[in-house]
Amino acid sequence: MAPVEIACRDVSMVFATSAQPVQALADVTLEVERGDFVSLIGPSGCGKSTLLRLIADVLQPTTGRIEVRGGPAMRARLAREFGFVFQHPGLLLWRTAQDNVSLPLEVGGWGRRHDPPHRPDELLALVGLKGFEHAYPRQLSGGMQQRVSIARALVTGPPILLMDEPFGALDEITRDHLNQELLRIWATTGTTILFVTHSIPEAVYLSNRVLVFSPRPGRVLEQVRIDLPSPRAPSVKDTPEFVKHTAALRRALAQGG
Amino acid sequence: MLLRRLLLPLIVIAGLVMVWDLAIRVFAVPPYVVPTPASVGQALVKERARLLDNAIPTILESLGGFALGNLVAIAAALAFVHNKVLERALYPVAVAVRTLPIVAIAPILVLLLGNGYAPKVAIAALITFFPTLVNMVEGLESADVQAMELMHVLSASKTEIVRYVRWPSSLPYLFSAMRIASTSSVLGALVAEWIGTNKGLGYLIVLTTYDFRTALLYAAMVVTSAIALAFFFLVSILEWLLVRWER
Repeated sequence: MAPVEIACRDVSMVFATSAQPVQALADVTLEVERGDFVSLIGPSGCGKSTLLRLIADVLQPTTGRIEVRGGPAMRARLAREFGFVFQHPGLLLWRTAQDNVSLPLEVGGWGRRHDPPHRPDELLALVGLKGFEHAYPRQLSGGMQQRVSIARALVTGPPILLMDEPFGALDEITRDHLNQELLRIWATTGTTILFVTHSIPEAVYLSNRVLVFSPRPGRVLEQVRIDLPSPRAPSVKDTPEFVKHTAALRRALAQGG
Repeated sequence: MLLRRLLLPLIVIAGLVMVWDLAIRVFAVPPYVVPTPASVGQALVKERARLLDNAIPTILESLGGFALGNLVAIAAALAFVHNKVLERALYPVAVAVRTLPIVAIAPILVLLLGNGYAPKVAIAALITFFPTLVNMVEGLESADVQAMELMHVLSASKTEIVRYVRWPSSLPYLFSAMRIASTSSVLGALVAEWIGTNKGLGYLIVLTTYDFRTALLYAAMVVTSAIALAFFFLVSILEWLLVRWER
């Protein structure tokens, strides 16, 4: 069994709002092993993005425990053991694509204290943006901006990638294309990926495990292992096995109400 | 391109000057009330040494006030963004100071600071301060939410967050404030020169008004507005150089 990279035990999250406290997550327990591609799927507002932020130590859980690579989430954040890809690229408009990718090397002087595993221009080539090193974000399409942000998340060579609906704002053609690229990157880098989505086919196509969340407060309703062969090509989406998995996920989501 | 953009306003200005000239002839306005465009032109040439002599202090006061007002406003905005208590305590005070009429503050500052450059710089700074403060607070807060979360994920320090995200995000806001301040700082210096001084374009304007030397009065106004325009133009060039991504 591969070592556990991310472990959540009975994690609950309550947001104090001016009206009344809102419970976002209730007793979530999950484990992600090294090299896994795990998707969290659930209706909007079910707290799956919140869970990702708890793991990234952007938020602190109300109760429960989170361990990332055998230590507290904060230690993993300080050690840069995960990269984060947001729903919107959040690129710095005044920096070129390449300078956006190298931002994590500059912050805290990380690049001076460590030997960066990838060069920014190599990563841009990896995400299919060779020749756009000196383009500014405003000159790039939404899909290209998101590729830059993926390259940025990979630049410190983190063992874990946390992705929060990274392709949710893109059109379906671009999304299919980037799904393919992501699988290629996953195969190339061997990164453990925790991926939030609300697209059933996307979850099935990318993952080897899918966790189905209930509506708020989010709980893990079901774990579905996706045993489609790897590496996957888009044609796998036409197979009966693929349809069987999407149907199973749809049923699981419906059962949450 | 630049020439073509300058052409239209220049035609409008030339038209206005012609209307002005025509109106004086048609209504037989005496020269001590309104001078002819030609006599203002003559005053600009003949009195150029005197105009320049008086322009220099006004330029220095405006520039000094502009720099001081912007620096203090930027520093205050940075402090406000990092300390909400400070913002809640001082922001209303800044608004209150803003509502005081400059014409009333000017004599008070002259009493306090004497007859030299200090009160003029102070007033130009005061007039510059407010738009920059308001815009800078907004600009520093305008940083992209996801970029801010990223900085947290990268464990960035507050200084790094300002340096990499907040400061560049605020630059377009800073420049729109500085464009306003570039002309109003000249106005501030001018008003300050109305009292307790014997140099500067403001002084010259008051003096020539009392003496009915209207041609020189108008010439002084032309020089003042040329200075303000030059400042505006300089700020615009600086913006063009520094805020490339907004284009």
